[in-house]
Amino acid sequence: MRGLLQFGSVFFSLAIQAPQLRPEAASSIAEGVDHLYFVLTFITLFFTIAIFSTIFVFMVKYRRRADNEIPVETEENLPLELAWTILPTLICAGLFLWASSLYFENSRPPSASTEIFVIGKQWMWHIQHPEGLREINELHVPVGVPVELTMTSEDVIHDFYIPAFRVKKDVVPGRYTSLWFQATKVGTYHLFCAQYCGADHAEMLGWVYVMSPADYETWLSSGTPSQTMVQIGEKTFNKLGCASCHVSEGSGRGPSLVGLYGKEEELKTGEKRLVDEAFIRQAILNPNSVALKNYPPIMPTFRGQVDEEQVLQLMAYVKSLGSEERDSNGK
Amino acid sequence: MSTATIDVHEVPTGSRVNYLNAQYGVKSWLLTTDHKRIALLYLASITLMFFVGGFFAVLMRLHLIEPQGALVQPETYNKLFTMHGVIMVFFFLVPSIPATLGNFLVPMMIGARDLAFPKLNLLSWYIYVIGAIFTLYAVISGGVDTGWTFYTPYSSSFSHTSVVPTALGVFITGFSSILTGLNFVVTIHKMRAPGLTWFRLPLFIWAIYATSIIFILGTPVIAITLFLLFLERVLHIGIFDPAIGGDPILFQHLFWFYSHPAVYIMILPGMGVMSELITCFSRKRIFGYSFVAFSSLAIAIISFLVWGHHMFVTGQSIYAGLIFSVLSFMVAIPSAVKVFNWTATLYKGSISYDAPMLYALGFIGLFTMGGLTGLFLASLATDVHLNGTYFIVAHFHYIMVGGAVMAYLGGIHFWWPKITGRLYPDGWARFAALVIFVGFNLTFFPQFMLGYLGMPRRYAVYPSEFQVLNVMSSAGASILGIGYLIPLIYLIWSMRYGPTAGPNPWGAKGLEWTTPSPPPTENFEEIPVVTEEAYDYAHSTVIRG
Repeated sequence: MRGLLQFGSVFFSLAIQAPQLRPEAASSIAEGVDHLYFVLTFITLFFTIAIFSTIFVFMVKYRRRADNEIPVETEENLPLELAWTILPTLICAGLFLWASSLYFENSRPPSASTEIFVIGKQWMWHIQHPEGLREINELHVPVGVPVELTMTSEDVIHDFYIPAFRVKKDVVPGRYTSLWFQATKVGTYHLFCAQYCGADHAEMLGWVYVMSPADYETWLSSGTPSQTMVQIGEKTFNKLGCASCHVSEGSGRGPSLVGLYGKEEELKTGEKRLVDEAFIRQAILNPNSVALKNYPPIMPTFRGQVDEEQVLQLMAYVKSLGSEERDSNGK
Repeated sequence: MSTATIDVHEVPTGSRVNYLNAQYGVKSWLLTTDHKRIALLYLASITLMFFVGGFFAVLMRLHLIEPQGALVQPETYNKLFTMHGVIMVFFFLVPSIPATLGNFLVPMMIGARDLAFPKLNLLSWYIYVIGAIFTLYAVISGGVDTGWTFYTPYSSSFSHTSVVPTALGVFITGFSSILTGLNFVVTIHKMRAPGLTWFRLPLFIWAIYATSIIFILGTPVIAITLFLLFLERVLHIGIFDPAIGGDPILFQHLFWFYSHPAVYIMILPGMGVMSELITCFSRKRIFGYSFVAFSSLAIAIISFLVWGHHMFVTGQSIYAGLIFSVLSFMVAIPSAVKVFNWTATLYKGSISYDAPMLYALGFIGLFTMGGLTGLFLASLATDVHLNGTYFIVAHFHYIMVGGAVMAYLGGIHFWWPKITGRLYPDGWARFAALVIFVGFNLTFFPQFMLGYLGMPRRYAVYPSEFQVLNVMSSAGASILGIGYLIPLIYLIWSMRYGPTAGPNPWGAKGLEWTTPSPPPTENFEEIPVVTEEAYDYAHSTVIRG
């Protein structure tokens, strides 16, 4: 057993050093995932080799020597059966606990993370920074800072995949999904679409540029956008005439949006809903399905008038109207 | 097993009436209700579909030799992998062992003259053929590009290809599976020979029984799912497309509720074949009969509760992910139990290296790899990285091709003398088993590595750093393709020129080996009475002949 463990650790240290066996590890979770991966690889090789060598030994040792040979019957062996039922169960239980706790840790973004928005569209990635900068098929992020992506799709299901970060999440039309990472190494990494999305699926690629904080600041200011997401959102808000009902003092036909984000509200149906990103999206595109209790359900849908990017900008604006402690970036 | 002794040694095959020469002419085949003839109808149809599906795979691998794509446009490539998947899954793997070997063997193994509903059995084949024609029509009329998974809203609102005829073909073929499953369940319950209790049944029957349950319970769900897809695509009723009020993830729940159990439809019968091969070629009773039998049922039941592991990265809740993860680990355990019991069966046996046994050993190796790599995908933390990459492609090919197709070929080689009354050249058969094993590993092992390095599946073009492993995989595929052609040639050759086989060339136990080869239409002159356990090699003299 001791020898086995030693062999395992040697195998592990060799495997993790071999560059051809794993992609670059450039995020805070990558090493943990790789560790689990190589332990799983070791278990796989160990059992495959163990079973195969046992079979090989039996094949040689018990090869048929005469055509009319009749071997003696082997007794059934209940303890053995139980042993090889329980042992894999224990191994599986251990792996489950390890993999799940790691996943649990990896899924939860740290509370203070930079938010960036992603829209998938046949066959490109639109990236929008809160500062107003927009990119296509490129994502610039600072090293060492947790980044949370809020993602949706304009058409079919896509999947945002950065192998070097070991992160992946479907980008689904009609809803928001989110993904976070903290890059640990300055560099340029592949961004792939990992959910088949039609003709040019394989060309829906991009690059993630991980920059030092100083470089990142320079990059942010170099492409100085005239307006932040909140400002663009506010402009759209006024252009679409939202303000005529959603009067900020609360005297309009619709509820005031000031301080609404993050609150729990009661719907006409009696259901209580948290006003979150999904709620605001639904309120813009399918308003009557989330009509609030004390207001007439008269808001028209804006489906077709705004695209996913504008919805995100409107949302940034609504979030910026949130409670006092939120700053003007909606955070 | 005690049966009427049949004196067939002196009678040459040609002069004795059997199911093959009882009647002649196309009509006698197309209107037959003999389960053995229907098995051959299926064998011919699925072999055709296998080589059509395989041809698409060859084109795909050729295309991927170069990073920018060596052969076709991306649109065409997308159609190739879709048609490969649709044909291989629905028209080859699902019916493969149940419809051919199952049809041939279920009545023979349980001492019956036919299945419970012979006409329904013939109807099942016609339904299969009609479904296959619709899908082949879709291929000819321009193909379909949704992937065999038909994910919405791409399939319902965006694809401009022949989605409807393809899905209709799959929908229709499903009824063939349901009827076949029903036929097997009734037959196994009601038509076992006197004395053949449940725990005396060959394990192949247990496996077919478990498979039939999945056929009956699972297949209606894929039929409903494809019908809903049809409603959305043709009548624009919003079910899956969020632009018209639907939920795209709902489709994935419904699809995988069938399609994960379908994986076990493909592998369970293979496991049944394995138990027959391992026992015969080691002349041993199976080690842990009841553990092997009940593990089939356990797999069938748990398989219905693991579909969510295909959706760990769709944004489904972390807690749902945890439940599906633990259930997916659980389904690994009965599979491991089977592998251990097969290995233990060899202990102190009398092991021969005939061709079917080589396929069986290939199965154990490839299935073990396939099963263990499944743990990487049941593990939530690693699945996030591996989902949607070539690792998945490698994993399920190890199970479905390395496992199911190896077992299918092993079974075909094992029962070929019974089915045709002829022997095939053993040397060629062993050589083919070796070529397939080597070709398979060279094709799919590099894909595990590609997957971990981050290459997504379904890519018509790819970054050049993945080229070396892709070229290795393509080289393997060409070896694998040749490996599959060799048996096709010598098996067809043997039907006419092979030496005549006796009733029991392997010295195997089981009621099917007590009949002449090929068996007469009624299988048994007298219904046998069973007085012993399955695989009771220890208490009888073995006669190969």
